[in-house]
Amino acid sequence: MKIRRFSLSVTIFWMGIFFLYGPMIMLVIYSFNASRMVQVWAGWSTRWYGELFRDAQLMSAVGRSLQIAFYSASTAVVIGILASVVMVRFRRFRGRTLFSGMITAPLVMPDVIIGLSMLLLFVAMAQSLGWPAQRGMLTIWLAHTTFCVAYSTVVISSRLREMDQSLEEAALDLGATPLKAFFLVTLPVISPAIISAWLLSFTLSLDDVVIASFVTGPGATTLPIEVFSQVKLGVSPKINALATIIIGVVSLVAFSSWLLFRKIDQRNRAAARMAAGH
Amino acid sequence: MKKIDLARALPGGRRLVIALPYLWLLVFFLLPFFIVAKIAVSEAILGIPPYSAMFEWVDQTLNIRMTFSNFSWLFSDPLYITAYWNSIKVAFNATLFALLLGYPMAYAIAKAPSHLQPTWLLLVLLPSWTSFLIRVYAWMGLLSNNGVINNFLLWLGIIDSPIQMLNTNFAVYIGVVYSYLPFMVLPLYANLVKHDNALLEAASDLGARKWTSFFRITLPLSKNGIIAGSMLVFIPVVGEYVIPELLGGAETIMIGKVLWQEFFNNRDWPVASALAVIMIALLIIPIMLFHRYQNKEAEQ
Repeated sequence: MKIRRFSLSVTIFWMGIFFLYGPMIMLVIYSFNASRMVQVWAGWSTRWYGELFRDAQLMSAVGRSLQIAFYSASTAVVIGILASVVMVRFRRFRGRTLFSGMITAPLVMPDVIIGLSMLLLFVAMAQSLGWPAQRGMLTIWLAHTTFCVAYSTVVISSRLREMDQSLEEAALDLGATPLKAFFLVTLPVISPAIISAWLLSFTLSLDDVVIASFVTGPGATTLPIEVFSQVKLGVSPKINALATIIIGVVSLVAFSSWLLFRKIDQRNRAAARMAAGH
Repeated sequence: MKKIDLARALPGGRRLVIALPYLWLLVFFLLPFFIVAKIAVSEAILGIPPYSAMFEWVDQTLNIRMTFSNFSWLFSDPLYITAYWNSIKVAFNATLFALLLGYPMAYAIAKAPSHLQPTWLLLVLLPSWTSFLIRVYAWMGLLSNNGVINNFLLWLGIIDSPIQMLNTNFAVYIGVVYSYLPFMVLPLYANLVKHDNALLEAASDLGARKWTSFFRITLPLSKNGIIAGSMLVFIPVVGEYVIPELLGGAETIMIGKVLWQEFFNNRDWPVASALAVIMIALLIIPIMLFHRYQNKEAEQ
């Protein structure tokens, strides 16, 4: 049967896409507006980009945020790989229910609760252990890593679950140690998921304003905290310029990682087909 | 068939692999909730930290001080109850709107030719990779009194004076649906794409009409996806802070915003903690539902 049903759903799909992209396109257009009055069009200009780069406070916040995002994503992916192995391969151990609960709960837990509870933890730890002595980048890194672990684990474990275990078995049969089989066979197969988990964690960390506001300390203003404090005062052309840069970078990274992902995926599938053919 | 078990072959390895992520989550995710609960039953004091200690060792006796005044305070002031009720109402309605828009979108992707599906899915997910803050901010420029939408309507002559859209509940709904739509579409798509077309063909062979087979077959089969997607929107929106702060107005009293104000403006940590405890109590059943359906979907 040829299925050609519900052009209604396709229409709604494209309406939804328009709804998702319209506001961002307007933001990009208005970032090139010469006028200080954001809503009045006064010709094309790139002056707000210049002003953006001269905003020293904003620029130092960018550096700090990129650093935190890099460390959080990297730590979260390492813990996420371990957690995925635990979730997918260790079917039975004591406390498994609690473990899987702690993996899914951060995905939906409201930010204000995570932020508040993490801050209270750090305060209690500083009181009783003396560490972390000061709140700042270290505490933001710990907080971001924690919620990024949950996202990384979901992404990586779904890939690990799909993976053909016979590849690992073959490596073991050929005399590889389990650790070697893991690093030489399993890791390369799940590498697209590891890359997307890292990118997802990186963007989540770079994006977080609520949790960072709770756990930050003096002098450790991140980019979202800085943007949020400027945006609360109203629409600003400088933020439009910043938004345009963010949208551009994200589109570029997402598009190239999508291409990369497709390529690795195709290669793996081809390899699996060849292996199955023998 | 031999099952691979990294662990059994690796003495002590299994325990080590479990221990690191387990300990991290115990210390940084679970333990904090007990501390929140502890501070929720302490008294606010002037000092650093601004709450009273629970245990005190005075004259060879251990004094345990717990007060439930923070909770009775929350129930005595209608502001807090209104805030909880509003948050749940906004989250519920927004979830419904997101479902009504997201379901057809997920359906369209799942029914698209398979070589197009990844691209269409990417189109929906891409916005969620750009900054959340920026996407909420974009609506400030669109909805304000001299914003793009009002100017456009004025220019068309549909209205004579700008409509107040920013700082209303309407703006909050737009912002929530806009920000959370991808989270609704993703689990729905993951579910719908697994459906067996043979069922629909059988129904059609037996004379069922398109809509009948949709309501009798597709919709019931996508139950897990609907629950997972809805919970993925509903739960975080109940505690949402950024959207009501930027797009909402005086009428939008939501619990995330109230908690933020108690903490940062009033510096009342015990009351903020009590608010968090009640919020977790309200959300525990939705979170468990989400957890169950998330696992069901993953293991299918």
